Amino acid sequence: MAEILEKVKIEEKEPLFGPKEKKLLLDPLMDVNPITVQILGVCSALAITSLVYPSVVMAISVIFVTAFANLFTSLVREYIPKQVRMIVQLVIIATLVTIVELGLKALNFPIYKQLSVYIGLIITNCIVMGRLEAFAMANKPWRSFLDGIGNGLGYGAILIIVAIIREILGKGTLFAGSPVEIKIIGNNTTYLIDTTTSTMFGWYANNNLMVLPAAALFIIGILIWIHRTINPKLVDIS
Amino acid sequence: MGDFLNVFIKTAFVENMILSYFLGMCSFLAVSKSVKTALGLGIAVIFVLGITMPINWLINEYLLKETGFFGLDLTFLRFILFIAVIAALVQLVELVVEKFSPSLYNALGIFLPLITVNCAILGGSLFMISRELTLSKSVAFGLGGGFGWFLAIVALAAIREKIQYSNVPPALRGLGMAFILTGLMGMAFMSLMGIDPAAFTK
Repeated sequence: MAEILEKVKIEEKEPLFGPKEKKLLLDPLMDVNPITVQILGVCSALAITSLVYPSVVMAISVIFVTAFANLFTSLVREYIPKQVRMIVQLVIIATLVTIVELGLKALNFPIYKQLSVYIGLIITNCIVMGRLEAFAMANKPWRSFLDGIGNGLGYGAILIIVAIIREILGKGTLFAGSPVEIKIIGNNTTYLIDTTTSTMFGWYANNNLMVLPAAALFIIGILIWIHRTINPKLVDIS
Repeated sequence: MGDFLNVFIKTAFVENMILSYFLGMCSFLAVSKSVKTALGLGIAVIFVLGITMPINWLINEYLLKETGFFGLDLTFLRFILFIAVIAALVQLVELVVEKFSPSLYNALGIFLPLITVNCAILGGSLFMISRELTLSKSVAFGLGGGFGWFLAIVALAAIREKIQYSNVPPALRGLGMAFILTGLMGMAFMSLMGIDPAAFTK
């Protein structure tokens, strides 16, 4: 324990938030995005993106888990024997996910019900394991923590973009189920744009395809397309 | 038997693990470049899902529930125990397969150990808990889910092998196209929703 504390002290002499740290935090948002570039963590992400509110909750949970799993693994990285490191990592992740699950159950039960098994599936979310293996096992705690937050943010950003597109086109609302629900377009007077009276949007009907699982795949496919058109370095050569 | 078939058909076709729940997407996208490897991984997934589901069911029923062995509500340990069981079983399956069928072992190769972190396995167990299935139904759920996963990955691999010769826009090549193809396959599988699984129990 004393050793760990000493190390933390030494580290504080370096700038706590220099350009390197900023790079760790912001790079995963665009250039090395976990979903569109590294193809990590698509599993538990797509099913819950039909509404924005659960996606925000999911994004926050994943940021919490990646950040702290990175931090704790980085703290104990020198004491883990190589052969059992997977098990140690899985136990750290599973503990954090259990904390998230119990917290969510206590704080917001409807959302907990809605996310159901997908909270548990953060354990096998490849982002968490991937970052532990690739970053936290070889870097200092503070940087690993920032890397975890950065990757969580990159994942959350895609999740929320997909959810916004799907919810507006599919249900005509935004943040449905939360206290700040906005009704945007629909066929009665409670919506901002009422399709029964509006002259401009009279033709519009909510697209039920967007609520179905297939839509999430199309939207992510198109996001990857856009991302790679902007940044041709990422194009698959094979 | 009717119940067993009912759950099997439903999980394999109507509620396909990949196409309607997105479980196991990572390996689904990464390993679907050739039909041969996709076949290996698909078989391994059926195998492991079929074994882990009943074992996790027994653990949940007889150890974790309040009515179980310890008489305490230990369900908060579920995640840690399930993932440990899956990791241990994958290792065990690997050893057994290596001993008794070296040819299958060589065919599966690297994919067996990778299955530990496949969301479909843990997801299957968690779905089994949240739906309160019985033991025989959970076996059917495991085998059906595995079979559906196998079908989807082999189909995608076959399409991806052919699409290499097509003129896809460069930015869409590889991953982007795989996503859109999976979406189209998902829409095709939706037409199977019309199957009435209850008809098998008659």
